[in-house]
Amino acid sequence: MSASNKVPDAAGRFGPFGGRYVPETLIRALDELAIEYDRARVEPSFQEELDDLLAHYVGRPSPLYHAARLSDTLGGAQIYLKREDLNHTGAHKINNTLGQALLTVRMGKHRVIAETGAGQHGVATATACARFGLECIVYMGAEDIRRQKPNVFSMKLLGAEVRPVETGSRTLRDAINEAMRDWMSSVETTHYCLGSVVGPHPFPRIVRDFQSVIGRETRRQCLEQLGRLPEAIIACVGGGSNAAGMFYPFIEDEGVELLGVEPGGRSNRPGDHAATLSYGRPGVLHGSFSYVMQDDDGQTCDVHSVSAGLDYPGTGPEHSYWKDSGRVIYSPVSDDEVLAAFDTLARTEGILPALESAHAVARAIQLAPTRKPDEALVVCLSGRGDKDAAEVARLRGEEI
Amino acid sequence: MSAIDKLFQQLRADGRKAFMPFVTAGDPDLDFTAEVIRTLAARGASMCELGIPYSDPIADGPVIQASYTRALDRGARLDQILRMVGSLSTDVTAPIVTMVSYSIVYRHGLEAYVADAKRAGVAGAIVPDLPHDEAGPLADIAQREDFSLIQLVTPTTPRDRAVQIAEQTTGFIYYVSVTGITGERTSLPAELVDNVSWLREHTELPICIGFGISRPEHVRALRDVADGLIVGSALVRRIAQAAEKSRDEVLAEIGAYVGELVEAL
Repeated sequence: MSASNKVPDAAGRFGPFGGRYVPETLIRALDELAIEYDRARVEPSFQEELDDLLAHYVGRPSPLYHAARLSDTLGGAQIYLKREDLNHTGAHKINNTLGQALLTVRMGKHRVIAETGAGQHGVATATACARFGLECIVYMGAEDIRRQKPNVFSMKLLGAEVRPVETGSRTLRDAINEAMRDWMSSVETTHYCLGSVVGPHPFPRIVRDFQSVIGRETRRQCLEQLGRLPEAIIACVGGGSNAAGMFYPFIEDEGVELLGVEPGGRSNRPGDHAATLSYGRPGVLHGSFSYVMQDDDGQTCDVHSVSAGLDYPGTGPEHSYWKDSGRVIYSPVSDDEVLAAFDTLARTEGILPALESAHAVARAIQLAPTRKPDEALVVCLSGRGDKDAAEVARLRGEEI
Repeated sequence: MSAIDKLFQQLRADGRKAFMPFVTAGDPDLDFTAEVIRTLAARGASMCELGIPYSDPIADGPVIQASYTRALDRGARLDQILRMVGSLSTDVTAPIVTMVSYSIVYRHGLEAYVADAKRAGVAGAIVPDLPHDEAGPLADIAQREDFSLIQLVTPTTPRDRAVQIAEQTTGFIYYVSVTGITGERTSLPAELVDNVSWLREHTELPICIGFGISRPEHVRALRDVADGLIVGSALVRRIAQAAEKSRDEVLAEIGAYVGELVEAL
């Protein structure tokens, strides 16, 4: 089967994946959101307002940077970095939250809730809410609050309330549960600003569309800077929003290899990784039918990743669709490979990548020496690594 | 005709209403759950809703979430839960329906879930994260197997959609009293009685109201408009005391509490 870019259908299906597996209470709000989004996206004024914000507030287009020293060090293909880390707030997440903030205002809602793992989506939501004068509440797992302290404080500075989630594994998955429960009671006045291409329809589609600015720019920049499309594109995948936004505009360019990199953690044993597409199977989690990490009874498995933003037992339904169609190849890299890539990029290029993005860098470091020097590999550098400095120090037993 | 259809036929003929308690299977263990169900049936429960513990319940408040966590931590598994239900068939006549996440039903297999639950004597299922639009495949199997698939209508459900839901539902309609998650409330929405009355004019199915109901005054306020009332968190909170009190004490307290609610019905 080949992948189409004409998905999802009206029911939110990407092939067999997607749908809306949520309580009846939320259905009307999801219907309203889908209708409002369909209206907005064909209105030139909506796109103009978003484009203006992306240009003058976020700083887009983000550069496509030739990492020449890294490429020379590896001695193979040329590595290019799509610098989403240079966006306002330091990651790709702002592309989506500004779009959803505009939708929130259009729907006449004044309160926004969000979940966050690494805190990047939380900061991006808090930022968009401050910009539009919206009340903002961010649910964050207690374990992630420990790992990502700088982002927690930033959210508070931006006027958001951060609510720690103490249930379950106290990570991103539990933060999503808690945000959904809030939405069950507040749905009439509140917009749930979901941060990845997961959850019930229409979220996977809306988030992909807002993030597709990454892939559209990359495509244009490759044609301008290289005179052609790249041989391969690499992006990390947890829920999968930066990867979806990067890959989607290239889906029909069959000559471009698309590579998704999953958090391989400590080992391939259950509980040691969060590589859902590599080791999971189709099932239902958080409102969508997609690959999940579940036991034989349908209970969600505990997962692990060195990066809080990828520490999630599910993934977006469109990624499941791309995996089964063979259009995107997904494979894991280990925590150790990620930490090594973090160092390598810092020392060869003077760039600290987010630990999430370092997964994509790690795959590029493995792949480049096996490819010819005239080939181009584009890596989506989805976020900056300042937030991870303290955690990397802790993992190395260093005091800062 | 499923056991639930027969129950409501009888209740309507007698001019009575259903009292339907919810308990979490395996909290704190399955032997105690069986004891609780026997007590509930003896004190006048007409049906019992058995919660299959799930790791990520998004429609549930803290009380039921915590009970699911306790049950899963003690290793409750679907096959053991169904075996426990099967063991009740000799002495409990009240129909049992499972409240179960679609994540679990899908993983088990739709056909297999209905077949295994039926074999254990389960009369139907409430699948809170399977809305009407996605329910087709399970509804078809349930219809064929005479297994009730109870669907939910909520305060946010548009009226034309409520009618469509009623057309696909079997057994009874679960009317969710509040826009929110499960848990005890001091008061219930003023428009609840009107909304249920409206739906009653558009369906022949029995309508049971749940979410937030915990007090005799709630029961008195709703008994005339509903065919039955569902009480969950208030009961689960009492069952949770089994960690500190003796089981006999907990059973006595549950019995007294249920007796009070049944009397108000």
